[in-house]
Amino acid sequence: MDRLIMTFVVGVLALGASPGSQAHAFLDHASPPVGSSVPAAPPVVTLWFTQDLEPAFSSVTVTNEAGQRVDLGKAQIPPGSPAEVQIGLKPLAGGTYLVSWHVVSVDTHPTEGTFTFEIKP
Amino acid sequence: MLSLYTDARARFALAAVLTVMQASSALAHGWAGERFFPATILTDDPFVADEISLPQVSLQPPAPDASQLTNIEVDLSKRITPSTGIVIGDEWQRLRAPGVPSVGGLGALRTMGQYQLFIDGPHQALGLLGLNVTWGHTGRAAVGAPNFTTLSPTFDFGKGFGDIPRSLTFLRPFAITGNLGFDFPTQATTAGVPNPNNFSYGFAFEYSFPYLECCVKDVGLRAPFNQLIPLVEVAFTTPISRAPANQTIGTIQPGIIWAGSYFQIGAEAIIPANRLTGHGYGGVVQLHFYLDDLFPRSIGKPVSEWW
Repeated sequence: MDRLIMTFVVGVLALGASPGSQAHAFLDHASPPVGSSVPAAPPVVTLWFTQDLEPAFSSVTVTNEAGQRVDLGKAQIPPGSPAEVQIGLKPLAGGTYLVSWHVVSVDTHPTEGTFTFEIKP
Repeated sequence: MLSLYTDARARFALAAVLTVMQASSALAHGWAGERFFPATILTDDPFVADEISLPQVSLQPPAPDASQLTNIEVDLSKRITPSTGIVIGDEWQRLRAPGVPSVGGLGALRTMGQYQLFIDGPHQALGLLGLNVTWGHTGRAAVGAPNFTTLSPTFDFGKGFGDIPRSLTFLRPFAITGNLGFDFPTQATTAGVPNPNNFSYGFAFEYSFPYLECCVKDVGLRAPFNQLIPLVEVAFTTPISRAPANQTIGTIQPGIIWAGSYFQIGAEAIIPANRLTGHGYGGVVQLHFYLDDLFPRSIGKPVSEWW
């Protein structure tokens, strides 16, 4: 019985420790950081997720306070970084910008989210 | 760089496959838009899911007669279609009372049929209708298992506060889930003791660090702290017939849940809400697996999509 319980506990811990390539993709962190204030306009927004992404079904948009898109329209996943997505930005003025993302992990679980960042020259 | 939109034919072929597969995952455990709702311990979850609690172990606070119950519980939630599901649960119990030998045995078998009434992503809202059945003659009477069946229709709901103005930064990670329901025993009395109809209600007040980090403000939390969800759960039962007034019982359970990619771990203290419920303190811990994440292409899918 003790061996059975130990096997169960070790299995759970291994599951928790494994990086994994499946399950829902949570946003791990972003650049510019979620809810941050930055002194200069970033040329690109980069999002890092907890799972590998399905490129064809993962998208990112960035809009200004008027709701107009200020991104360059083509989100990209860098080679060798399947859990990362980037989108280029037009030259931005000071203000608050909304990043909206919708991604699908490689096992088809969809997740979405939004956050803002502010440019304060 | 790989463009996300390079090959239209490949995109559409993949779309056909993923559209079919996504139907199963879109409603998988507690998501409403960008809000993740964890499975709570005391109150029912407002979503159909493919999950299993294996196990949930609790030591209840001493009852007014000083007896104390230990439970080891297993609950399986399974989607039948993307918007309907069932829950099956049972528990092994040990009852200790002063002056008498302790007794152990299975509690009553519990089942629940569920229908996902709505999921409103932009408003982070969920609604679910359920019918709980606690089956008579399926557990050991000595540990309190009833000899009659009880039918309990419920409405379960969830609401995240992420849609309030962004200026209210640190209020947006809050969420609430809750249950409203009635218990209708199929037998009015047992050995001359009335079995009352009850009104049951419970709420879970949650503060989501994952939501804070993903969608509000990166305050620098990293694993495992960015996966924590502190919460307080409360649940009460009030007899509405065949019982004297002021017989409400309930518990208050502050605790915390850590939600990973494949499973979550939760722990809560159990505090009686009044002297009729008991005295002192108890506790509960739960290990809860996400079957749709562990087995996304097999048993983690709704039964209707197995073939």
